[in-house]
This record gives sequence, structure tokens and C-alpha cells, in this order.
Amino acid sequence: MFSFRKKSVDPAQEASWFARLRQGLRKTGSQLAAVFGDVRVDEALFEELETALIASDAGLDATRHLLERLRARVVRDRLETAQEVKAALADELARLLAPLEREFDPTVRKPFVVMVAGVNGAGKTTSIGKLAQWLQGHGLSVLLAAGDTFRAAAREQLAAWGARSRIDVVAQSGGDPAAVIYDAIAAARARGTDVVIADTAGRLPTQLHLMEELKKIRRVIAKADPTAPHAVLLVLDANTGQNALAQVKAFDEALGLTGLVLTKLDGTAKGGVIAAIAQTRPVPLAFIGVGEGIDDLQPFAAREFAAALLD
Amino acid sequence: MLDNLTQRLARAMKTIRGEARLTEANIADALREVRMALLEADVALPVVREFIAQVKEKALGEEVVGSLTPGQALVGVVQRELTALMGGAAAGLELAVAPPAVILMAGLQGSGKTTTTGKLAKHLKGELRKKPLVVSCDVYRPAAIEQLKTVAAQAGVDFFPSTAGEKPVDIARRALEHARTHYHDVLLVDTAGRLGIDEPMMKEIAELEAALAPAETLFVVDAMQGQDAVNVAKAFGAALPLTGVILTKLDGDARGGAALSVRHVTGKPIKFAGVGEKLDGLEAFHPERMAARILGMGDILSLVEEARKGVDEAEAKRLAEKVRKGKGFDLEDFKGQIQQMKKMGGFASLVDKLPAQFAQAAAQSPQALDDRALARVEGIINSMTRAERARPELIKASRKRRIATGAGVPVQEVNRLLNQFAEMQKMMKQMQKGGLQKMMRAMKHLLPGGPR
Repeated sequence: MFSFRKKSVDPAQEASWFARLRQGLRKTGSQLAAVFGDVRVDEALFEELETALIASDAGLDATRHLLERLRARVVRDRLETAQEVKAALADELARLLAPLEREFDPTVRKPFVVMVAGVNGAGKTTSIGKLAQWLQGHGLSVLLAAGDTFRAAAREQLAAWGARSRIDVVAQSGGDPAAVIYDAIAAARARGTDVVIADTAGRLPTQLHLMEELKKIRRVIAKADPTAPHAVLLVLDANTGQNALAQVKAFDEALGLTGLVLTKLDGTAKGGVIAAIAQTRPVPLAFIGVGEGIDDLQPFAAREFAAALLD
Repeated sequence: MLDNLTQRLARAMKTIRGEARLTEANIADALREVRMALLEADVALPVVREFIAQVKEKALGEEVVGSLTPGQALVGVVQRELTALMGGAAAGLELAVAPPAVILMAGLQGSGKTTTTGKLAKHLKGELRKKPLVVSCDVYRPAAIEQLKTVAAQAGVDFFPSTAGEKPVDIARRALEHARTHYHDVLLVDTAGRLGIDEPMMKEIAELEAALAPAETLFVVDAMQGQDAVNVAKAFGAALPLTGVILTKLDGDARGGAALSVRHVTGKPIKFAGVGEKLDGLEAFHPERMAARILGMGDILSLVEEARKGVDEAEAKRLAEKVRKGKGFDLEDFKGQIQQMKKMGGFASLVDKLPAQFAQAAAQSPQALDDRALARVEGIINSMTRAERARPELIKASRKRRIATGAGVPVQEVNRLLNQFAEMQKMMKQMQKGGLQKMMRAMKHLLPGGPR
């Protein structure tokens, strides 16, 4: 069994994605970095830190938690320079985020069935395209199921992604999303495909009938294979504010999430809401999207993420 | 997780109930609560800071009207300022130019531009009786053009075909020419989602704007957006002469603080709100509802409003004076209170509007909060003479029988009312001031069937 993060990613590639994440997060970083000049450790420093964390969407609770821990640490370790405080904050942030680090291993089953859900416009279909590419890069065969039978041209969008990386897409015109995904799993089994990724239509958690539909899709997947779905991923837009917490909660309650995908980290959005999620509803963060290119989807690493955020 | 702002203000203001004016000292804690509520609603921090300073300025010296507590009065100020900041009356589209009037859509990826373009086209065709043409300049995202084509067919409007191989400016020019020669009133131009920091893409949309000279350049914003809304709005506002904002996905449960951030940064009116994926899900934007939503305070605002409207201020003062002294509060005054309650939509609706903890307390005695019981009490009082209302101790057995017959209730109910009224008078003597909540609690005991 090979480990995805540790061995199969070569160091050069790793360095490059770290650079990209860092570049993506540079805005946050510069904001935070501006805080750590050669200032002495005083109340103004903490206030500025609080501002920076809140501006990253970390939320009030997580911000308060981090600052409390930081204050205790400043006293305990007798930190004196702003640099030391910065390192301590990065460490506290990494500690908070560490439980979200979980290896995504799609080789435990065959076919490994991944169900993808999220609100409208979070970037589900794009993320699926990137995820498929990532899996292919690790030598796995992939089949996509066009389960978004609702939105105009969603199927065509997935098909275009499939064509780009030469991946088959199972689709029906119109019809029932659960049936499309069921067929895709059957097809994958027949063809000996390694991974099936099922797209679903975007929905807001307040649309209760659509949340019920999602539960039904999950049940039908279990009919095709009693052990499936092996992964249920929620795609979150890094631009989202505190509502991301409500999304995680609602989708987790409906589906039992195994992981999150945080997209659009290449903009000025900080994705600090992950800290709030780690604080109140720690669902593992499987992948982060750090760019628009097809291989800009990367596994999440807490320490790197925290470091890049504070760089 | 999100505490009702009013509850939190109630906590913060506990110590100062009964003060007649808002002062720097007595609103400091409450303003901190407002700040937190706004941050939890995703209003961007710089906007929050400015807003709080503004509210503070406006609130100082504000009189605490009628039966309101200072906390409620402050909520009133916050809500008024928030509504004002988000613009007064809903602004429509400005399309009074030589046709075809161009509407350019701009925004981040996934903010809902294409769906909104379809909704706008349908709105233009249906309500405004225009002949719109839609075109997609999104040559980047796979199947984006296909999506707009489907949406246009659903909306029953004309679609100008484009291909991913073309340059967006060329597509736009051809579409404009087509619209002109085919007598379309409005050309809706959908564009690719883009990041504010993506310079080539921002340059591209600026070029589109220059080539099209749109009547409306609309910035599409996701209601779920967080703190970064300020940066994005700044970037789009700098690259494009925006004329308005459309807030999408308002049918979710996000508090929508981004609306305030974007309004504040761009200074442009929010023209529409998008709800749902169906093409008729486009609504006029209501600043006051959005203000209440951002504050997360349900209907307490309408209670504040009702209290303002319903309370005759002089009458309220006279009553408060009586209550404070603990004497002279008679059945006539009590009847006045019941009528005031009715003006506010009756007991049940009043309870609905109360902050949770009071509503809960009230719900524990459901019969007490029955509007019919309230009407019966009023009927009993109506059957009394003026002298009897002023001096209930006059009412002995034969008067009771007369009153009961007049009101159509058993004598026991008259007895119960009198007993409870006596109890209430006693309670009022203990009360220093007559805040609304105290009045409520007192009312509860007074009503037939209530806990005694």
C-alpha cells in the first residue's frame, strides 16, 4: 500500500504546491505579516492579531480560543519578540487544524465510491475534474457520474472535464440522479475501474426536500454496494463566511461527511473559516483548491496551511 | 450558536433598565454586543468599525420611548442606521437609454451570474414587457455558454450563440450589433467568474465595459460571502463603473452581512435579491428586512415599531407615573392596556415577537395568553360603570351579578378578575418602573386561567 501524501508526491512537486498555496494566501499573510514588525508584545499587538484572524473568517469563537492560548503561551514561555509570538500563533493554529488532517486513501476498496455534495456555486464540478486528474496522476482509473441532473448544462460541464483528462462520464439526459450514480457504480464494477466520483446538484441546506433527495442518493449508492459510499465530500467555497459552519453541520447530519474540499483559495479569501470548523465541527479537510489549473487540488497539511497563512 | 441580538442586549443592558436616555456609559456593553452580532453575520471588520462609530453618535441622547427598555431603543437606532446604510426604497433598473440598453454582469466564480442573468431576462420580458437578448462571454468555464443557452430557453428569451474559441470583446460587439439590427430593447451580457486580483481578467472585463457602454453594470454577490467581500467589492468597483448590486442565494440561512460590506464599499444600491434556482426567484431588495436578518433578531424590530406606533406617548407617561406611584391604576387603565395590546396585533402575536426567553416563559401558561380570554376580560370591564372601574372595591354581590350577566360570563370569572386585579395592584406597588416585560408578567397573573 502506498501512501499518497508521503511517498508518491515528489519533493519538487510538493515545493511547487506549497509555493502556490503560499502565493494564494499571500494577501492574508501580508496582512498578518504586517502585524509582526519589530513591535513589542503588548495589547495593541494582540488586538491587531485579533483583527487579522477575524478578517480571515476565523470567526469569533476560534479567534478568541487562539488568542487565549497564545496569551497563555506568551506568559509561560516568556516570549518577548513579535517574531516569537508569530511562531507561537502559527503553532497554535496548526494544532487547532491538525485534527482535520486525514489521509485520503482510495485504494481500500474497488471501486472506491466518492460522493460529492455542496451548495450552489461552491465549485463541485470543477473540484471533481481536478480530483479525477489527481487520482489519475496516482495511477488510478476513474469514472465520473453526472448526478447533477438539475442545473442547466451541468452534465456538459462534467463531460468537458472528463474529455480534458480522458475520463469516461456516465450520464443520462434528465432523469434521476440516484439512478445515474447507481448505473455508474455498476459500470465501474464491470470495467474494473478503481474510483467512481458522483457529482450531485448544488443545494442550500434550507431546501429540505433537496436534502432529503441527497439522503436518498446515498441510500441508493448503498444498494449498489453495501460498503459505499466510501467517501462523502462536502465542497466549501473559501469565500464563504460563518455560514460554512452551518453547511458542514447540515450536510454532515444528512450524509455523514468523511471530508471537506476547500476551493477558491487562490483569491483574496483566506479560508480562515476552517479554524472555526476545526473548533466546532471537526470534519477532516481532504483537499484544498489553490488555483484554477487542473492540478491545483492538493491534500491538506495543517502545518503548511498555518505557516502559509501567517507567512 | 447565534444568540438573538436582542437577548444579548437585554443581558448587557440589565443594569441600566429604567434610564430615560442612552448615554456613552450605558451603551458601551451593548455596542460591543452589536459589534459581535455584525461580525458573526459576516459584515467585514472595517465596515463594522465605521458603523459602530456612527450608531454611537446617533444613539447618544436618544430618548427611551414609552414602554421600551434602553436595549430595545438601541436596537431601534441600530436597525434604522442599518436600513439607511443599505439604501432606502428599492431601486429598479435604469434602462432609459437608446435601445439596446446593455446590462453587464460581473462577479466571482460561483456567485450566480448565469442563473441571475436568466432571472433578469425573464423579469425584463415578463414584468417590464421588454424584448431581451442574452449572450455569454464566458469562454473559460466548460459548458458555461451551453448553460446560458438552456437558461434562456427556460426563460423564453432570445439567445445569441457564442463559442469558446472567440474573444469575449468580439462576442460582445457582435451581440450588440445583432441586438441593434433585430430590435432588442435590452442586451444582457453574462461574463466569466473572475478573481479581483486576477489582473488580465479584470482588464478583460474593463474592456468589455468600454466596448459596450452598459446602462447597468451589475455586481453579483453571494449572500454567504465572508469578510473578503470588502476586498472583492473594492477590486470590482475599481475596475468597473458599477451601477448596482444583486445579492444571490438569499434563500439560504446565511445572515448576509456581505450585503452591508458591499453596499458600503461600492456605494451602489442593491437592486435585486435572488432566491432559489427557479427563474422567477428574483425579488426586490428590502433594506429593512435585510437589516433585521443581519442582526439576527427576528421580529423584535416590528415590536419596537409597533410600540412606537401603538403607544400614545403622553398616555404611556401618565400610566407609567401611576404605576410608579403604585396607586391610581384602575380597571379603566387596565382596559387601555388591553386595547393597546390589541393594537399591537393581539397577545399571541406580541408573544411571538418577544425575545426567546420571554416567549418561553409566556408559553408555559398557554391559556393565559389566549386572545379570547383577553376579550372576555375586556367585556367584563366594559360591563362596569365608570365608578366601578375607578374603585373596584365598590363591587359587591349584586353588582357582580349584574356585571356577569352583562358580559355573559359566570360570576366566578368576575371574581377572578377582581382578585387578580387586586394582586396586580399590589405587585405594581413593588415595581419601581413599568417596563414592558414587567407589564407582561403582571398581565399573565391577571388573566383568567393563569397561574395564581
